[in-house]
Amino acid sequence: MAKGTITIDERRCKGCELCTTVCPKNIIHMATTFSARGYRPAILVDPNEQCTGCLLCATICPDVAITVYREIKPKATTPSTTRNT
Amino acid sequence: MLNEHMQTVFDYPDALTPGVTHYCPGCTHGIIHRLIAETIDELGIREKTIGVAPVGCSVFIYNYLDTDFAEAAHGRAPAMATGIKRTLPDRIVFTYQGDGDLAAIGTAEIIHAAARGENLTVIFANNAIYGMTGGQMAPTTLPGMRTTSSPSGRDVEVQGWPLKMSELLAQMPGASYIARRSVHDPGNINKTKKAIKTAFQVQLHQAGFAMVEVLSSCPTNWNVSPKDALTFIKEQMLPYYPLGDYKIGDAIKTLV
Ligand SMILES: Cc1ncc(C[n+]2csc(CCOP(=O)(O)OP(=O)(O)O)c2C)c(N)n1
Ligand code: SF4
Ligand code: SF4
Repeated sequence: MAKGTITIDERRCKGCELCTTVCPKNIIHMATTFSARGYRPAILVDPNEQCTGCLLCATICPDVAITVYREIKPKATTPSTTRNT
Repeated sequence: MLNEHMQTVFDYPDALTPGVTHYCPGCTHGIIHRLIAETIDELGIREKTIGVAPVGCSVFIYNYLDTDFAEAAHGRAPAMATGIKRTLPDRIVFTYQGDGDLAAIGTAEIIHAAARGENLTVIFANNAIYGMTGGQMAPTTLPGMRTTSSPSGRDVEVQGWPLKMSELLAQMPGASYIARRSVHDPGNINKTKKAIKTAFQVQLHQAGFAMVEVLSSCPTNWNVSPKDALTFIKEQMLPYYPLGDYKIGDAIKTLV
C-alpha cells in the first residue's frame, strides 16, 4: 500500500469535520484547541503511518485546506527489478 | 511523515485566490469553486476567462476565482454574460448562480439564454433554498421541506412543485450540454469536476449553451451539521433531482 501523508492549513480549516467522515483509516481528528479564527481545526493523528494519500479528505474539504503527498518509490527498488538481481 | 520520496498529489489550484472564503463551515459552494478553479488551470484559460457573479451567498465569487469578473443584478447573469460573450467572442464566459438567482428571479434570463443557444457556460448551485437571505423557500425547495418561509413544510397544493431546471432546459434546441451532478461524496465530486470541465470545453468548441446543475448543501439554513447536510442531499434531494446527462448535443458527442 502506498504511503502518504497530508498537511492541514489551520488558517483555512473551518472545523466542518467532513474530512473526518471520509478518511478510510480514521486518522483525522478534531483538535481540542481553537484556531485564530475560533474553529477547532482538523488534525492528522497518524503515529503508525497509515495514510495512503488517497485524496478523499482533500476532495471533500470545502475550504481547500488539505495538501496531500504520496510516496513515489524510486524505480531501482521496485520488486520486479530487485527480484532479478 | 513527509520525506524526500513524497510528491505533492493534491495542491491548492492557481486559479483560486489565497484568501479564506466567507462561506459557512461545510458549505459546498467552496467545493464547486475549487472544481471550477482546477478546470480553468487544466484548460489554461485563466487569462481569457470572464466570470459573471450572481446575487446570493456566492456573490463574492469574484474575490475567490482569480479571473476577470463582472457582477450582475439578481438573476441577470445570463443576460450580462450574453452581452460580454457577443462583444468579446474569444473570451470564455461563465456564470455561477444559485437556485434563487437562476430559478426564481432569473428564470426568464436563463431560459432565453438557452433558447438562443448562447455560447455560455453556466454553473448552477442548487441548494434548494435562499441561503444568503436566511433560508427562505426557493422554487427548488423540496415538497414538505421546512424553510423559514414555509415553517410547516412546502405544500405543493399551495406553493406548487419544485422546478427541475436541467430537465426543463434540456428541451431547448439551443442547449448543447445539460447535466446534473452532486457534491455529497468524493466520487460524485470527481464526476462533477468532469462535467464542469466538459461544460467549459463545449464553449471552447463554440458548441452552444452548457449548464451543469450541482446539488449543493446549505447546512446553516437546513439546520443540520455539514455531514448530515450531505446525507440530506443523498437521501432527500437525489430522488427528486436525479443525477445524469440531460442533453448531449450532436456537436459535442465526441467531448463526453
Ligand atoms: C432584485 C433583488 N431582489 C431580491 C434580493 C434579495 N436576495 C438576495 S440573495 C437572494 C436569494 C439567493 O438565493 P440563491 O440564489 O439560492 O443563492 P444561495 O444564497 O442559496 O447560494 C435574494 C432573494 C436582491 N438582492 N435583489
Ligand atoms: S474538511 Fe477541511 S475545513 Fe472541514 S474540518 Fe476538514 S480540513 Fe477543516
Ligand atoms: S448560508 Fe448556506 S449557502 Fe450560504 S454560505 Fe452558509 S451554508 Fe453556504
